[in-house]
Amino acid sequence: MNKEIYTKPFFKGNPITVLVLGICSSLAVTVQLKGALVMALSVTIVTAFSSLILSMLRNTIPSRVRIIVQLVVVAMFVILIDQVLKAFAYDTSKMLSVYIGLIITNCIIMGRIEAFALGNKPWPSFVDGACNGLGYGMILVVVAFFRELLGSGTLFGFQVIPASWYMENGGWYMNNGLMILPPMALILLGCVVWIQRSIQKDLQEK
Amino acid sequence: MNTNSNTYTVIYTTVLVVIVAAILAFAASALKSRQQANMDLAKMKTIMQAACIGQTPDGNADKAADFMKLYNDHITNTFVIDAEGKVVEGVDAFKDVDLKAQYSNLKKGLPVQLPVYECTMDDGRKVNILAMYGAGLWGAIWGYVGVEDDNETLCGAIFDHASETPGLGAKIAEAPFYTQFRGKKLSDAGQFSSVKVIKGGANGSANGVDAISGATMTSKAVSASLEQWLGAYKAFLTNRTSAAAQPCCSEEAECGQNSECDE
Repeated sequence: MNKEIYTKPFFKGNPITVLVLGICSSLAVTVQLKGALVMALSVTIVTAFSSLILSMLRNTIPSRVRIIVQLVVVAMFVILIDQVLKAFAYDTSKMLSVYIGLIITNCIIMGRIEAFALGNKPWPSFVDGACNGLGYGMILVVVAFFRELLGSGTLFGFQVIPASWYMENGGWYMNNGLMILPPMALILLGCVVWIQRSIQKDLQEK
Repeated sequence: MNTNSNTYTVIYTTVLVVIVAAILAFAASALKSRQQANMDLAKMKTIMQAACIGQTPDGNADKAADFMKLYNDHITNTFVIDAEGKVVEGVDAFKDVDLKAQYSNLKKGLPVQLPVYECTMDDGRKVNILAMYGAGLWGAIWGYVGVEDDNETLCGAIFDHASETPGLGAKIAEAPFYTQFRGKKLSDAGQFSSVKVIKGGANGSANGVDAISGATMTSKAVSASLEQWLGAYKAFLTNRTSAAAQPCCSEEAECGQNSECDE
């Protein structure tokens, strides 16, 4: 199997920073690290397993209803994840609210199925799906780290900025409220893309 | 085989959808009891916090608290009342009352069912916990308020929301906002009145709390919903006040000290 399948989604062909897919959810669920992590895992499971199943079915799918068949399989995994979270991690599922259901509309999933799973064998498709999910999750976690740290002064819900620094306790520090709002996520994401493009020169437009 | 023929396509999609439906139906029924238990626990947690039970001193929920045990230990009675304050028989306050449906009845002026949770505090005080539900800026907001046995003083309040703006309207679900309601009075110059959320600061008003800056619409929504629901509970609260005042009047010795009895 081509080694690029493993490495490409993490940097050279990252779904968020290079392909610019899945931007919507990366703005919505990156207020806290915990939410970002659960979202990343959910998307990874959905892309990996729907790629696997659809790659196994690829020679039987009628081409006229191809997209609908893909949607049915993806939707099934998303609903399963939603149900499991509601049963076993209620607080997290409440925090992510509609965004778990919206994984169905995440372009990365349909993109990888169309571009890869329908033309490749099951195992490489599974790995490609999983790596793309993880590449997406990696960016989510990076953005969420800065947003939670600067916006709420916490990481995974634990206070990391000393309480004595805060203005209300006589200090000099204040949380940046803008970090909590989606526009700041877009700016942070822009910074990540900027860093990547300055390293990877071939992405720069002439 | 021709995978593009109509027959094949129809059979293929039918079989696929039936399989997927079966898997999902199985998962939903297998997980239902756990999901319901989680939802019940979350509801118990909010109800308890309206009476300030299971909270750390700063007003946040105590992470170590077992809310199911606290609920079962403290809630000694639950009942459902209508807008005249009369008990509606045969309706379970915890299981049967859908606040969203009651909210739309309340808006249309239809008969309502209002849940009341009677909570016995550790020191023997009785607190009635009342529900609230309304429309915020982006979605539903709901909450509970605990009213002390004098039917006037708030013991605590708690709010939650479906989709208010994080960092702004979402702050109604945070301790600095809802702890303000502790000790507020449901009266204004001797008249029954809801607690108001006041933009620009309540300045220590007995029935007002500070609004959240940057979240005027959500603050207004909390104020309006409280007014609407406490207005519906008004008959229940005032009936209780007059019922409580009754026995004292039968004893002449105490009557003289009670100015209300002279009227």
